[in-house]
Amino acid sequence: MNRWERIYNSSTYQGMIAQKTRFIVASTIFFVIFYFALPVLVGYWPEVMSREVWGVINWAYLFAFSQFLMAWVLAYFYTIRAERFDETSAKILADTAETEENIEDGEGE
Amino acid sequence: MSLPLIMFLAFIAATLGITYWAAHKSSGESAYFAAGRRITGWQNGLAISGDYMSAASFLGIAGLIAFYGYDGFMYSVGFLVAYLTVLFIIAEPLRNTGKYTMADVLAYRLRARPVRAWAALSTLTVSTFYMIAQMVGAGALVSLLLTDAGISFSGAVTVVGALMIVYVVFGGMLATTWVQIIKAVLLMSGTFLLSFLVLAHFGFDLEGFFAATSQVSYHVDGEMITQNFLTPGLYYKPPYGALDLISLGMALIFGTAGLPHILIRFYTVPDAKTARMSVFWAMLLIGAFYMMTTFLGFGAATIVGRDAISSNGGINMSAPLLAEALAGDFFFAFISAVAFATILAVVAGLTISASTSFAHDFYTNVIHHGNARPPGEEVRVARWTALIVGAVSIAVAIVLGPTANVAFLVGLAFAVAASANLPVLIFSLYWRKFTTRGAVCGLATGLFCSIGLIFVSPSFMGVDGPEVVDSARRMIQAPAIFPLKNPGIVSIPLGFLAAYFGSVFSSEPLAEEKYTELSVRANTGLGAEKATDH
Repeated sequence: MNRWERIYNSSTYQGMIAQKTRFIVASTIFFVIFYFALPVLVGYWPEVMSREVWGVINWAYLFAFSQFLMAWVLAYFYTIRAERFDETSAKILADTAETEENIEDGEGE
Repeated sequence: MSLPLIMFLAFIAATLGITYWAAHKSSGESAYFAAGRRITGWQNGLAISGDYMSAASFLGIAGLIAFYGYDGFMYSVGFLVAYLTVLFIIAEPLRNTGKYTMADVLAYRLRARPVRAWAALSTLTVSTFYMIAQMVGAGALVSLLLTDAGISFSGAVTVVGALMIVYVVFGGMLATTWVQIIKAVLLMSGTFLLSFLVLAHFGFDLEGFFAATSQVSYHVDGEMITQNFLTPGLYYKPPYGALDLISLGMALIFGTAGLPHILIRFYTVPDAKTARMSVFWAMLLIGAFYMMTTFLGFGAATIVGRDAISSNGGINMSAPLLAEALAGDFFFAFISAVAFATILAVVAGLTISASTSFAHDFYTNVIHHGNARPPGEEVRVARWTALIVGAVSIAVAIVLGPTANVAFLVGLAFAVAASANLPVLIFSLYWRKFTTRGAVCGLATGLFCSIGLIFVSPSFMGVDGPEVVDSARRMIQAPAIFPLKNPGIVSIPLGFLAAYFGSVFSSEPLAEEKYTELSVRANTGLGAEKATDH
């Protein structure tokens, strides 16, 4: 087994990939639905979306505005979450370096 | 000398100074193509914003909102949300597995020659289409802004084109990056000042501002009408308006992560973490900018008025005319210079992405089979390519002329990026069984479907009235076959399907085996390209 396969098959790596995939798939599905709800609602139900909520501000404008907040909040959550993945992958790389040293020592005997 | 001209010259002097500095600072391949990978997170965030926010955003969206209200704002939303795709799916693995171009990621485990050839074709298509749209816009705009100086359309195009060639040929990625950073700072401050002045005009009374926006009056066919500009549907009208909006949204959301000139920015930072943070900074800036387009557009609609804009240069002049109305000549000159900087930063980014792809993907890896070339040859080829791409763009823009109907080219660039580039990028990063045939099928289908559909869409086909001047008439004078302006809703699923089925009906054990290595490298950064010393 070479270095890449050793890392790939380790439980730490597989665990990190599983967590990462779960987070990314869930957030992507969420933002895609949230985003496309805007053109769908505005495009097919313009009368409903034109109803005024606060003064002259209507649902269409509020929903468009909320997209900005959604994007920022989701991006912030991801950067926080990704810090943890950084730590895990740093640990994986450190472990690999150690294992490789041990193997080399073993061969030397 | 007129004020705008002085400000233009100041910007030109500053950026040429930077190019001189960049040309002397460093040499070598990674310095030329990737700024030595030593750009910091916030610098790259600014540079991404500068690379991305084109004159179409600054002047075009402000104009769309000023003329059609809410529907123009729909563009603004898509341009920001698109960065979530870049952040979640593309930026970090791309930085870890590639070197200079998008094709590096594909060639990591697929057969290099076919995928690089197709990826280079797609990159050159996206970049040149986008560039021609920018150049025609630039020529029209600069000659309008500098009317007093007597600069013609072709003169303006030549100046913009020559400057972009100088930045890229002599300063490489480092100079391009700093031109983009300066532009981003100028654009953000200009937009912020304009928004502030719009609010000040309404006595910082948001309610009053929106109340005025809900009652905008202008003339249509000689008749005065009053519209609520917060109402959707003034631009995208039935029967296909809603579908067109969704199709546009798809091209933006999936296309941004496939734009070659944005992707290569991630190679300029030291590691994947910095790439991630640079997307985060870019999202803050881009979001703040697009949010403020409301004040620019609605401000122009209420303070200047659609009638006045129409009779003073047209829809794209909305933002500069708003600046003039609010704070006079000096501010008009400043906003004009911002628009000029905006155009230059974007075309420089496009030129370097086209020339890098040609030199690295096509010249070295397709023509010379990836065999080692003498040091400096790849950079020399890239410099010549930049010169040629620039010269051709200048010539094409001059031939098309100021009234040419080229706005659809920007939409086409996004559609190709979304339908051809993104599917193959996603599959090669996340799907073990992806094959060379899948990549070629995906790239070719995405590319040709987007272009084909645009040719039979209302952007290209349609019956123009006798009042439309010759150069602005659509190419094919017959009713459009494809009803939507944006092909994304059809071409993006086709691109994904072609890449999928091309892989299912072929097998590539070597590519499958190499997925292990790619995955580890993409996720841990092991073996990724390092930053270089000076």
